[in-house]
Amino acid sequence: MSDEKKLAVIATKGTLDWAYPPFILSSTAAALGYDVMIFFTFYGLQLLKKDLNLKVSPLGNPGMPMPMKMDQWFPVLGTAIPGMESIMTMMMKDKMKKKGVASIEDLRSLCIEAEVKLVACQMTVDLFDLNHSDFIDGLDYVGAASFFEFAGEADITLYI
Amino acid sequence: MADFDQELDARGLNCPLPILRAKKAINGLEIGQVLRIIATDPGSVKDFEAFAKQTGNELLESAEDGGEFTFLMKKA
Repeated sequence: MSDEKKLAVIATKGTLDWAYPPFILSSTAAALGYDVMIFFTFYGLQLLKKDLNLKVSPLGNPGMPMPMKMDQWFPVLGTAIPGMESIMTMMMKDKMKKKGVASIEDLRSLCIEAEVKLVACQMTVDLFDLNHSDFIDGLDYVGAASFFEFAGEADITLYI
Repeated sequence: MADFDQELDARGLNCPLPILRAKKAINGLEIGQVLRIIATDPGSVKDFEAFAKQTGNELLESAEDGGEFTFLMKKA
């Protein structure tokens, strides 16, 4: 179908909060009839792991609202306290569940179900000594040229 | 509220789940059949309008009552 719209996404970040935009936008675009590809590179490869263990950190993130107005009175260095990342991740996941926000696992499954093309950057796999066996099945391991083959015909291209 | 063929309860779900669930439900319908969707996400009002515009399915009705949003979507 050449009249099908196309969305090309580059996912570069591997934290829980930044995992949402690529999967939300891609699953929605697929539901709207778009042909979608997500190219996962650098830390974005974390989003393709079989076992997702994504975290969110208040460190270096002054825009992140924290419970009990901690973001207002907590010194910036306080966000570097050991354990803070785990606490914030737990709280964030809990909040998302309460608000009916889908988990990343669910959104990723919905993308796969909707035939979103998930492609992984082979250069990053080599760079960080990662194993294909750590990642979900059905991925293509490609390079930049493959991204452009798809993105060159895309109506929308996003770098996340 | 007009007749419908199938109902989708999307209450308590947040973006983009109401749209994704609706898309899945519509896939299972015959052309001309109507899906009724109940949602609590206020963003879904504009989103179902946008969904209809882009997919060609017809939004027959969009109503709000006590924090619940009801939509009738006819499969094209």
